[in-house]
Amino acid sequence: MTAKIEARNLVKIYGENTAKALELFNRGCSRSEIIQETGLTVGVAGVNFEIAQGEVFVIIGLSGSGKSTLLRCINGLLMPTSGSLLVDGNAVEKLNDEELRKLHGEKISMVFQHFALLPNRTITDNVAFGLELRGTPFEERRQRAQEALIKVGLEEWKDKFPSELSGGMKQRVGLARALVMDSDILLMDEPFSALDALIRAEMQEELISLQQEIKKTVVFVTHDLDEALRLGDRIAIMRDGAIEQIGTADEILSNPANEYVEKFLQGIDVSKILDANSISKWPREVIRKTESVSIALHRMKKADMDYLFVLGARNKLVGMILREDVLKLAKDRQTSIKDIIKETNTVQSNTIMRDVYHELRIAEKDLAVVDDKGRFLGVITHSVLLMTLDERKGGDGIAES
Amino acid sequence: MPSLELPKLPLGDAIEWLVRWLIKNLDAIFDFFRDVLDAITGAFSSGLLWVHPVFLIVIFGLLIWLITNKLTAILSTVGLVLVWNMGLWPQLVNTLVLVVVAVVIALFIGIPSGILMTRSRKFEAFMRPVLDFMQTMPPFVYLIPAVMLFGIGVVPGLFATVIFAIPPPVRLTYLGITQVPEDTKEMAIAFGANDWQVLTKVELPLSLPSIMAGVNQCIMLGISMVVIASMIGAGGLGEVVMRAVGRLDLALGFESGLAIVILAMVLDRVSRNIGSGKQTPLSRIIGWYKQRRKKKEFEHAA
Ligand SMILES: Nc1ncnc2c1ncn2[C@@H]1O[C@H](COP(=O)(O)OP(=O)(O)OP(=O)(O)O)[C@@H](O)[C@H]1O
Ligand SMILES: [Mg+2]
Repeated sequence: MTAKIEARNLVKIYGENTAKALELFNRGCSRSEIIQETGLTVGVAGVNFEIAQGEVFVIIGLSGSGKSTLLRCINGLLMPTSGSLLVDGNAVEKLNDEELRKLHGEKISMVFQHFALLPNRTITDNVAFGLELRGTPFEERRQRAQEALIKVGLEEWKDKFPSELSGGMKQRVGLARALVMDSDILLMDEPFSALDALIRAEMQEELISLQQEIKKTVVFVTHDLDEALRLGDRIAIMRDGAIEQIGTADEILSNPANEYVEKFLQGIDVSKILDANSISKWPREVIRKTESVSIALHRMKKADMDYLFVLGARNKLVGMILREDVLKLAKDRQTSIKDIIKETNTVQSNTIMRDVYHELRIAEKDLAVVDDKGRFLGVITHSVLLMTLDERKGGDGIAES
Repeated sequence: MPSLELPKLPLGDAIEWLVRWLIKNLDAIFDFFRDVLDAITGAFSSGLLWVHPVFLIVIFGLLIWLITNKLTAILSTVGLVLVWNMGLWPQLVNTLVLVVVAVVIALFIGIPSGILMTRSRKFEAFMRPVLDFMQTMPPFVYLIPAVMLFGIGVVPGLFATVIFAIPPPVRLTYLGITQVPEDTKEMAIAFGANDWQVLTKVELPLSLPSIMAGVNQCIMLGISMVVIASMIGAGGLGEVVMRAVGRLDLALGFESGLAIVILAMVLDRVSRNIGSGKQTPLSRIIGWYKQRRKKKEFEHAA
């Protein structure tokens, strides 16, 4: 069976007159030498790979390592300077405009890092955009757009506009827009990096289960090792336009091809990235030490909370007040909350995940996160932690092994 | 003192030669344009003047209400009635027709030029100085070639007005399109859009506010130029202003000036509202209609 996507000595040099730069490259000059000599950037420096039908292929590397360039070569937005890129055995660089449009319209769909939704169109019309370009009749494309929206859980938002959606929802729209094309290949350029950690975890989960259903060939670009390990059937690590190693997560972790890969893997210490601060959130409401009982009641009611953290000057955490105590005070027509302030369980902002989990188990309410001066930074709720831990299971294991 | 004088470059002479050459060789074309435009503006003016002012004002008021809001519509109507009351209605209509025709021509040329500038580096490099020239050259100067090419009357006025009013739509179309995010365009291409689709489905819709700002400025410049153009017989309110100035007639000058201000304000508010995405009675009616159609479909499906 031929590979779905195949790169053969693929080189992409940005700029107009690439002949000289290419010659230097072929003589073995490094990327920086070529920039110095010619002023041109080598985006992709001679890569080879084959991606099989139905595979999730993750490209990972630091910023500027050429991930996006490689992705753009795959869907023909950029033409290779030398070498070849084949989709289903056909060289992309040999296609004429018409065939290229066909490739875009039918074989390859893309999800963009910054969503790239059209603000003047409703969600349905955004999702149906590719079908519209393809010339699908109105009724059919609306139908299919709605099916795709159901797949990503946004059917209720179909008549809204992108500005009314959160980042995670926008990226779901981006995903639906790609899915609705029903093309064989899905290209994703850092689709989740604009999202915060929790939503990202959720989206990764969704992508995994979706992929089990649709079985597309996915090329996924990320600079987050966790994400790569989680999603990729195989992973390619890029550096300065070249691929340092390709392999499954196990192969790469247990047998790094060279020092760079090893360093790259070590650079990601899960427990360091994920500390208490990174998963804490500012509560819906807090209260100042000097504020009154009626304000406390009002805020609890409004935010539907049964406790509030009490803050002093410069956000210093004083303690917490419980709803039942506040109600009691209110009955006695007291105004100051000072007498009912209770101690709270706190963790330092740099506490690592495992200890946070432990603390939270013994805490009766949610956990307050403070910095070294006792200032309140946010709260970790039970639900947040559980979700995060669940997401991180794979990652934690790696850190320990 | 030694003479440092350079021989004077015959720039002015060159331009004059060019215009004279145009007249000599392309006279038939200019005549044709003049006749066509004369006929169009004449037909519009006499058509509008044939209708009774009150009836026309009511229609204008309703149209303005549809695309703006109640307050603007009421104030505009009051203003128009005032103009009628001052006895300047025919002149206002003439000026309006002149402005509208000039603006339509300017947009027909200007917007595509702006688009073209985004497509061709060379054309952009060429247009930049041309636009600077058009915008900074004192507008009176345009009157000279206008008269030489088209004689006295409405059409040379149109010609000068178009030249004077064309830079904003060109510039703002160009600006609007270049400000469309790169990845949005790339998205369209990645989903199989051809050049035309990128333009019509992404670039133009996303730059609509900017383009409409250009249209608005085009109208405003058009109005100010139409007054100047009355010097060469374009007629309308400008002519009344000129007459008032000539006779030092303050009363007439104030009234005709006021009429121009009213016209300018009405056109400004109207053009500013189009494409601004604001809720208007018209958009509400369209929305309501769509809703109803959807409901019907729903019932149909059920
Ligand atoms: N249009 C362009 N013209 C010239 N050079 C470019 C262009 N786009 C990217 N480059 C250069 O090519 C190299 C690779 O860029 P690329 O965008 O592929 O990196 P990346 O791995 O996607 O990085 P990031 O994670 O920041 O998105 C960079 O050095 C960049 O400066
Ligand atoms: Mg990138």
